[in-house]
Amino acid sequence: MKAKIRKIAVNIEETHQEIGREISPPTRKAVAVAVIENPFANTYHEDLTELMDIGAELGTLLGRKCVEALGITPGQAESYGKSAMVGENGELEHAAAILHPKLGAPLRVEVAKGAALVPSSKKMGSPGQVLDVPLGHKDAAYVRSHFDGIEVRLNDAPRMNEIMVAVAVTDSGRPLPRVGGLTHEDAVGQDGLR
Amino acid sequence: MHDVLIRKTAFSVEEIFHEGGPIPDKSLRRAAGLAVIENLFAGRYEPDIQWFMEKLRPLGMALATRLVEMLGGATQIEGYGKGAMIGAAGELEHGALWHAPGGYAMRALLENSNAIVPSAKKVVGVGGRLDVPITHINASYVRSHFDSMEVGLNDAPKANEMALVLVMSTGPRIHDRAGGLAARDIVGKDGLR
Repeated sequence: MKAKIRKIAVNIEETHQEIGREISPPTRKAVAVAVIENPFANTYHEDLTELMDIGAELGTLLGRKCVEALGITPGQAESYGKSAMVGENGELEHAAAILHPKLGAPLRVEVAKGAALVPSSKKMGSPGQVLDVPLGHKDAAYVRSHFDGIEVRLNDAPRMNEIMVAVAVTDSGRPLPRVGGLTHEDAVGQDGLR
Repeated sequence: MHDVLIRKTAFSVEEIFHEGGPIPDKSLRRAAGLAVIENLFAGRYEPDIQWFMEKLRPLGMALATRLVEMLGGATQIEGYGKGAMIGAAGELEHGALWHAPGGYAMRALLENSNAIVPSAKKVVGVGGRLDVPITHINASYVRSHFDSMEVGLNDAPKANEMALVLVMSTGPRIHDRAGGLAARDIVGKDGLR
């Protein structure tokens, strides 16, 4: 692996009840996060290829961790998202290099298909800061019931020379969706939008 | 009426490979299980609360079983801890109801778990965080296994809820070198040494 990983954390949330209503089966979200060394901390590098390659590795690793944590087959994944938080000696562009050029394709293998854009967020941060990972339907971005997010934070990351990279996967939408729009059942899933 | 009404559960597992020093052969894993339940005693002083401990026993066993599974089986577990966060309409004492059902569930699943399960509890608002202490399961004085794991959820506990937590770990701190009683020197009789 090109990525020098200090730690990995996987969180899974199951919502059984919302505002007094039973959710059956429970809605479930997983987020996997890797804390890696930032190879470009403290210096400006024009060529960010190394981070792009790390992104590809982490798309596979973190996507698989989420699917395993949910105990589902790749095809049962319904929504996804990705985010990165860069420690203070790095640069926001480092997050972009990890997330955008190469992370998506291997992630899509892990969730079987994934016609839709993977929603993303990025920020600079410090240990203990919150990273909100946006979630959208994996095959049809307009599916309104699946717009959501999951928060992740680690008290000891990212340190100054580190980057926190997160991938989130769900097997469901929000607990009580009722704001209309395109539904999971009606999505075609070919063009990534509807 | 439900005795234990679970709104949500959350499970976290961390795998730590190094913390700036030489990378050991074995990584350290820590897992936490958290259940957000309704606090039946919220909003008033209720003198008689002990009956609820019995009701919490299945939840303790469910969380402990899941943690053991997540960490690869009971033989992998070397440290544990527990905690409770009580929503703002509750009372610290309500969190104390978790001691017996949470602690004994883990000890029932883990062989040679003679050590008291360390714990922390507090009253918090939504989004509150708790540092759950961890010590060796068989001898509280094993210095290499003193650790903790931070837990919390952005949407819990609400005022009339409690978040009940169990934590397990698979070994010493990743670059353990502060001396003291070593795990290999445990006598294993009194839960302390």
